[in-house]
Amino acid sequence: MSISKVYDAVLEFDDELVIEAVEEEVNNGTNISNILNNGLINAMDEVGRLFSEGEFFVPEMLMAAHAMKAGLDVLKPHMSADDNESKGTVVIGSVKGDMHDIGKNLVAMMMEGAGFKVIDIGIDADTETFLNAAKEHGADVVCMSALLTTTMPAMSEIINKIKEEKLGYKTMVGGAPVTQKFANQIGASGYSEDAAEAVELARELVK
Amino acid sequence: MIIVGELINASRKLIGKAIEEQDCEYIKKVARDQADAGSNYIDVNAGIFVGQEPEYLEWLVKNVQEEVDIPCCIDSPDPNAIERALNVHKGVAMINSISLEKDRHDKILPIVAGTDLKVVALCMSDDGMPETTDDRLKIADKLINGLVQNNVPLDNIYVDPLVQPIATKDTFGVEFLDAVESIMNNFKGVHTVCGLSNISYGLPKRKFMNSLFATMAISKGLDGLLINPLDKQMMANILVAETLAGRDHFCMNYLKGYRKKKFEF
Repeated sequence: MSISKVYDAVLEFDDELVIEAVEEEVNNGTNISNILNNGLINAMDEVGRLFSEGEFFVPEMLMAAHAMKAGLDVLKPHMSADDNESKGTVVIGSVKGDMHDIGKNLVAMMMEGAGFKVIDIGIDADTETFLNAAKEHGADVVCMSALLTTTMPAMSEIINKIKEEKLGYKTMVGGAPVTQKFANQIGASGYSEDAAEAVELARELVK
Repeated sequence: MIIVGELINASRKLIGKAIEEQDCEYIKKVARDQADAGSNYIDVNAGIFVGQEPEYLEWLVKNVQEEVDIPCCIDSPDPNAIERALNVHKGVAMINSISLEKDRHDKILPIVAGTDLKVVALCMSDDGMPETTDDRLKIADKLINGLVQNNVPLDNIYVDPLVQPIATKDTFGVEFLDAVESIMNNFKGVHTVCGLSNISYGLPKRKFMNSLFATMAISKGLDGLLINPLDKQMMANILVAETLAGRDHFCMNYLKGYRKKKFEF
């Protein structure tokens, strides 16, 4: 019942309260993956939902993610391999020539909040950097961000390379000028409009 | 204050459609409205049309200048597109923009070197987006020096210190404002320009925030803005901010604005 305390504390963006509530649950002997999934991750899903609906704004999403992470840090030492089972591995970056990272960072953060293992390769990442990271970490999904019309073609290059080498990674694209139509054109597995949608899409893709 | 009217941008749906359909009348109307509202330059951008950008940019410049007698701000990173637009441009254009990203820098510098073109110098480098005042100053310093050495006078340089969203870091507003102040003080005669909408990314009531941020930047010396000049509240704010910042001799512009009913909405 008091898992709801963890959940509420994340939605109040209160790091201290999250830590306290998680510690309390751990001491009560509550199942660790129960705390993780029904407390922390469910709360972040609600944050994502409220964000997509225009109830929450970017700073609130950032604070919630921060609070969630504080709770996760308390939980980690108690996690067994089973609890720690990742929801999937995501390699994410802004493509070659693109220095923008704010949208990409928000997506990375929400993916982490949803329990994915996230490998953030940063900005201005070329095809090789994407592929090397994906191979090294055994990616399920490769997420590409572009904020410029001039850098969008780099996404197509990465997707083509993944297909050419038959690597089987799912691919997601996003960023201000990117559209569903463009995603279809270049053969991406999916497109999402915001960070919350990106989490939903990634869940679908790794099913 | 130099006002660059931002509306003729292909990433806006109606403009993109008008370009595709070669609808001269719509482009001319948007140019006319922006000129009447007090723009000094009309920004033209056809960036979403990969492959056709040079042809479309030239078409935009032609149509804008058939309608209004003011210069364009040619908004493209592609030297071919810029050259084609310049070939048909009348008067002194502004190029938007050079940056310290090597590829972009090497392509744009030869276009502006030794000319009397105006140029926007965007504070961005291959190391990514600047976050602090100091990051911005280092990039501005290199850009300005490089341009001056290539015979672009200070008066033709408009440094854009790059606005970052306040939603993602509390200090992004103040780091930008301090950069405006330092650039204006350290390089006497240079100009500063920026777009505003980034500041309010991820937040509600963006127009309100953008307009107040413009006021704050003007108080630090900012003398150029890329905005929607049809936004009367924004234009009124800019006018008053300039008066309050000591850039309106005997409040003459303020009084003129009052008599032209610019403060009535």
